[in-house]
This record gives sequence, structure tokens and C-alpha cells, in this order.
Amino acid sequence: MSNVSHSLKGAVELDEFQYDNKLVRNFAIATIVFGLIGMLGGLLAAFQLVFPDLNFDLPYTTFGRIRPLHTNAVIFAFVGNGFFTGMYYSVPRVLRTPMWSDKLGQFHFWGWQLVILAAAVSLPLGYTTSKEYAELEWPIDIAIAVVWVTALVNLIMTMINRRVEHVYAAVWFYLASFVAVAMLHVVNSIAIPVSFMKSYSWYAGVQDALVQWWYGHNAVAFFLTTPYLGLMYYFLPKAANRPIYSYRLSIVHFWALIFIYIWAGPHHLLYTSLPDWAQTLGTVFSIMLLAPSWGGMMNGLLTLRGAWDRVREDVVLKFMVVAITAYGMATFEGPMLSLKNVNAISHFTDWTVAHVHVGALGWNGFLTFGILYWLFPRIYNRPLFSQKLANFHFWIGTIGILFYTVPMYWAGWVQNAMWMEFTPEGLLKYPNFLETVTSLKPLYFLRGVGGTLYLIGFTAMIYNLWMTAAKGTLIATETARAMPLSAIWSGHASEPWHRRLIERKPMALLIFSFIAVAIGGMIEIIPTFMVSSNVPTIETVKPYTPLELQGRDIYVREGCYLCHTQMVRPFRAEIERYGEYSKSGEYVYDFPHQWGSKRTGPDLQRVGGKYPDSWHYNHMEDPTSMSPGSIMPRYPWLLEDDLDISSTPAKIRAMQTLGVPYEKGYDEIANEDLARQADEITERLAQSGIKTSRNKEIIALIAYMQRLGTDIKASN
Amino acid sequence: MSALYVLLALSLIVAAGFLAVFIWTVRKGHYDDDYTPSIRILLDDTETEEKA
Repeated sequence: MSNVSHSLKGAVELDEFQYDNKLVRNFAIATIVFGLIGMLGGLLAAFQLVFPDLNFDLPYTTFGRIRPLHTNAVIFAFVGNGFFTGMYYSVPRVLRTPMWSDKLGQFHFWGWQLVILAAAVSLPLGYTTSKEYAELEWPIDIAIAVVWVTALVNLIMTMINRRVEHVYAAVWFYLASFVAVAMLHVVNSIAIPVSFMKSYSWYAGVQDALVQWWYGHNAVAFFLTTPYLGLMYYFLPKAANRPIYSYRLSIVHFWALIFIYIWAGPHHLLYTSLPDWAQTLGTVFSIMLLAPSWGGMMNGLLTLRGAWDRVREDVVLKFMVVAITAYGMATFEGPMLSLKNVNAISHFTDWTVAHVHVGALGWNGFLTFGILYWLFPRIYNRPLFSQKLANFHFWIGTIGILFYTVPMYWAGWVQNAMWMEFTPEGLLKYPNFLETVTSLKPLYFLRGVGGTLYLIGFTAMIYNLWMTAAKGTLIATETARAMPLSAIWSGHASEPWHRRLIERKPMALLIFSFIAVAIGGMIEIIPTFMVSSNVPTIETVKPYTPLELQGRDIYVREGCYLCHTQMVRPFRAEIERYGEYSKSGEYVYDFPHQWGSKRTGPDLQRVGGKYPDSWHYNHMEDPTSMSPGSIMPRYPWLLEDDLDISSTPAKIRAMQTLGVPYEKGYDEIANEDLARQADEITERLAQSGIKTSRNKEIIALIAYMQRLGTDIKASN
Repeated sequence: MSALYVLLALSLIVAAGFLAVFIWTVRKGHYDDDYTPSIRILLDDTETEEKA
């Protein structure tokens, strides 16, 4: 650092300005409120898998709609608001300036909460794109983009108006998160609207899966990881009152992490029909990720070297240490899960669920709690109401994480072993998929217990923070003094070029981080679109009929993909169980793809023609009538509600725009074909003694299910 | 498939470029002051004394 600042000190008038704590407090309250709601949703979903009656036979409360509500609430509402809480507290203090615009800050706050409310209403109502963690429909997507860019502009302008030369690493992490998520969100959400609250993904099949998991993986990277690393780089040193172990490491950590993270998405698609080279690329970069991830973890933990005695006494540090340790465990496990041989075991099982919850409950949850326990006494100007209660929260939370994850690891192994096991005669040992599900029920119950313990700790925190706030008074604004940047901006030529060119200039930093993250995405995605040989066409694969298309939209609406995959991997056990392994050419008309990521129920890619229509009818009315012991929810409303066929022409036209080869003018006559096919199914049902009418939703769903995987059977 | 090889080669060049720049900056001592910023954030310029 230069000495210029010292020599100028006497001559320059100090600027006086205020830090706004009110916005911080508001975001903190939103974090807590939505954290509670999101975790309650998770708890309900967890117990629904043990006690199917908890689906309440209502469309709004079935697992298929509660699960996206849970994931969206904990990711975007709990962690999102947690990030903003820490960001609006740390950015002004690090940059020695208030946020550039209070109004934009307010807009960000209210805009974000409105988006969350829109999600909380629309997801239970069944408005979903079915793209995991990007389920919200297009009008909400646009609102998200607007709010997001507003916050980004406010951050950049604050950086430009700062009163320090060097921008501290925490802020780089925030900035990169905003930039990357903006890019991911826009690219993955591109869709063609059919009506208000219904759209079709711009991409089909393999391409859609690649874009989705490029997004899905990086949502973890840039929404759950980099923002929280930024928070770690600020709040851990503050809480420990000592500098980060190695500032140099934090610089390396930053660049290495953002450059490598963006490539790892395809590890979500190992052994699927994604081209092999893309899978391998994803694996290689996932292994490489271990280095920056563990570099960051060590940087955090080593900050506490020589101060471990304080960890024993300070509950804030305890939470942070477990958070960073959980980060280390999850980022070690991630690369391991990206190895194809490990992934063959873990994928589609509860192992993945355990993995993400080490990250979510441990890393995001505990870091948030640590920050809140540190923050409330400071902005309310009084010590924490109860250290004892906070310690209780720490221990019950930690035990809760163990109770959650250990049974889920166990379940993952058990389920995969049962899927893959053959008898000496060469037959599947557990040919009935249901057996592999019911054997997991005790483990699912234990997981629910773990979640309950975690939630009890959370409510203890709410009470503790509430009492802290009630007994203190909010310091709405804090006055600070610092020299204006012009007085300390030395800008001498001897400065390293990168600091001169990049780190001093937020706009340049923004552009460079964008380039670093965009390169990875472009190189993986563009060839898949360009290289036609990556998606070999299959002559017998034809577009869906209008009725099947409507049925598919019901499949999407009910969130079937959350428990059922449509991806038979090329393993002997899977081919034996389901049939021919999946080919990329089978999915060319799937806007969006329905591959799924979790097999709570069996794969459905080859279910077409496997059972009679009447089986599906009875099964949807009450799954236990066909599969005693099934944990699938009942869908009685599908038998009662009429199919909305007024949307058919618009849907056909949207498909035509996307390149599906329906004949010109087919949209006008599509409903005639729809009625004809519905009559056939109704007729077959009547022959089995089931009385229904052709305009019920169940007819469309049966049409779709019976079509699944049959095109390729015809070709064989 | 030609586009694939071109793009993969490009990606390797870019990645190698990043690495080269990083090694170069380390050798040239461009990260010399990698300590002050970590201390500076510990000091607040506010008038209120920290409590808790």
C-alpha cells in the first residue's frame, strides 16, 4: 500500500456518511420467516414419503407440488434473503460508503419478497416449468430478472463510489454471484409462452437437459456457494476479530472457483444420453473443483488458528466452524460423486439428497445462523438474549443434520444395491420396484426426525433473536467517517497491472468475471446445438398427439418428474428392469425434458404399453389398489376435472414454432384428433368396467403414459 | 464433429492462458500486498463502539 494516504491525512476533509441498518434488519426478518416456511415445507415433504396420507388428497398439497415449494423457498427465499442481509451489511462497511441508492435497495427488498410470494402461490397451484430450481413460470422469471439486475446496478454503483482503493475479496464473490446467476437464469429460462403462466422450454430433450443442469449445478455454485463464501470472507474475520488466514489464497480461490465451477454441470447427467465427451468434461472439471473449494475451506478454518479456545466459548464461531466444515465435506463429496463409477451408485438415489443437505443445512443454514447471532446484538445494541439457548440451537441443529444425512446415505446405498442385485440364475433379485421403496421407509422416517430437530433449533433462534430485538433498540443508521477516494487514489504506474486494470474498476471486474464464467458455458452448450451428430435422429420417433401433449402438461403440472425418471441408463440391471436404454433421439420433441433427477418411484421411460389403461386409471385414483404399500399420492382430481382443450391450438402453434413437424394448419383441427383418441381410451376403459367421460384429465394423462417409450419399440 | 474439436481446442487455449497469466503474476510479485485489505476490514469507521 502507498504512503500517500498518511501524508494527506491532515489536509483532507473527512467525508461523513451513514450506514443503513434498517434494510439489513428487514432482509434478516425475511430470511427467518421464509426459512421457517421453507423448512416446514421440507418437513411435510419428508413425512409424506413415510405417511402418504399427508398428501391430503388435494392437488395443492401433494408431494409433486410441495417439493418445488420447499426447494424454491429454502434456496431463493431463505438463502437468498440471507445473502442479501449479509451483503447490505458488509458492502457499505467494506467499501466505506452507503449503498448507492436507498430506493433501489427498497425496490430490491420488496421486489424479491413479491417474487417469493408469487412462487408460494403459483407452485401449489401447479404452475411450473418442471425445470428443477427454475420451476417458476415466465412472468415471474421476468420479474426475477428485473429485481436481480436492479440489485446488481446498485452494487456496481456502490463499488464505483467507494472510499477505498482495493475492493475486498468478499465483494468480488458477491459481484460474480450476481453476474453468473443473471446469465444462468436468462439462458435457462428462455421459453415460448403459450398463455399467461404456461410456457414451453426453448430447448428439447438432451439440449434442454444440458442447459437445465448447467443452470442447476451453477445455481448451487453461484446462489448457494459463492455468495456465502463472500459472507464467510467478511463475517468470519469479523466474528473472530482476526484477518483471514491468507488474503492471497482468497484471490486465488476466487478466480479458480468461478472459472472451474461453470464447467461441472454435466456431472448431473452421467450415463444419460448426453454425449460422452460432455459427460467426461463435466467429470474432469468437477475433480478439479476440489482444489479451489478446499483452498477456501482451509482459508476459513485456518483463520481460527491459535484461537480455537474462543470457538469453545463463542457460539457464533461454533456455527461458522461447522458451516465451513460442512462446506468442506460437501465439496469433497461432490467431486467424488462426479466419478462415473461412484455416480452409477449414487445417481437417482437418496445419496444425492444427503449430499445437498450437508450443504444446505450445514453450510448455508449454519453460516446464516452464525451471522444472525453476530448481527442482531450489533444492530440492536445489546448482548444476545440467551447464549444458552443459542448453544442449544447449535447442538440440536448439529444432531439434526446427522439424523438427516446418515439415514439418507444409508438409504442411497440400500436402494442402489437392491436395484442392481441379480440372483445366481441371472434374474433381478428385486424385480418389484416397490420393494426397494418400502424398505427405505424407516430411514425416511429418521430423516424426518432429523429435520424436526433442526427445525426445533431454528425456532429457538427465532425466539432468541426476537427477545434480543425486543430488549434492544434498532440502530437504524450508523455514522461513519472516511477519506474520499480521490484523496487516497494514488494510481501510480508502479502498481501491478491487474490491480490497476481490473480490481480497482468494478465495471472491468464485472466484465472479466462474466467472461470467465461464460466461456465454460458456451463451449459446452454451443457444440451440442451445432453438432447434429450429437443427437442422432430416430425415424420412428414422432411428435406427440394433441391428447398426449395435453397429458404431458398434466404430468409436468403434477411434478411427476420429481419422483419418476425418464432415463434408462445403459446398465444390465436397468435394461433388465425397464427395457432398452434411452437414446438421445427419443427426446427431440420433449419441450422441456422430463429426465428427472431422483427415482423415488420407478423409471417411466418404457412404461407405455406395459399396463392396460384401466391399471393407470385405478392407480392414479389410489396407487395402493394396484401396488399395495405404495407411497405415491392419490390423484382423485384427475378423474373429476375436465381437460381444458381450449389451449390445444396455442400449444400446437408453440410446438410448431419450436420446430415440431405438425402439418400447417394442424392447430385448427388438433382437437378433432384429440377427441378421437380420447374416445378410444374411454372405450377401452369402459370394456374394463370403468365408467368415465372422454373429457377428463386422466384420459390425457393415460394417453401420454401409454405413449412413453413406444416409438423406439416400434423400430426394433 | 469439426466444431467440437475447434471449440475444445479453444477452451484449452483459454484455460492455459489463464494459468499462464496467473503464474506470470505470481513470479512478477504482483500479489505482494496481499495482507493489508484483510486487516482493513476489521477496522470500522463508525462512531458507535462495538458491543456484544
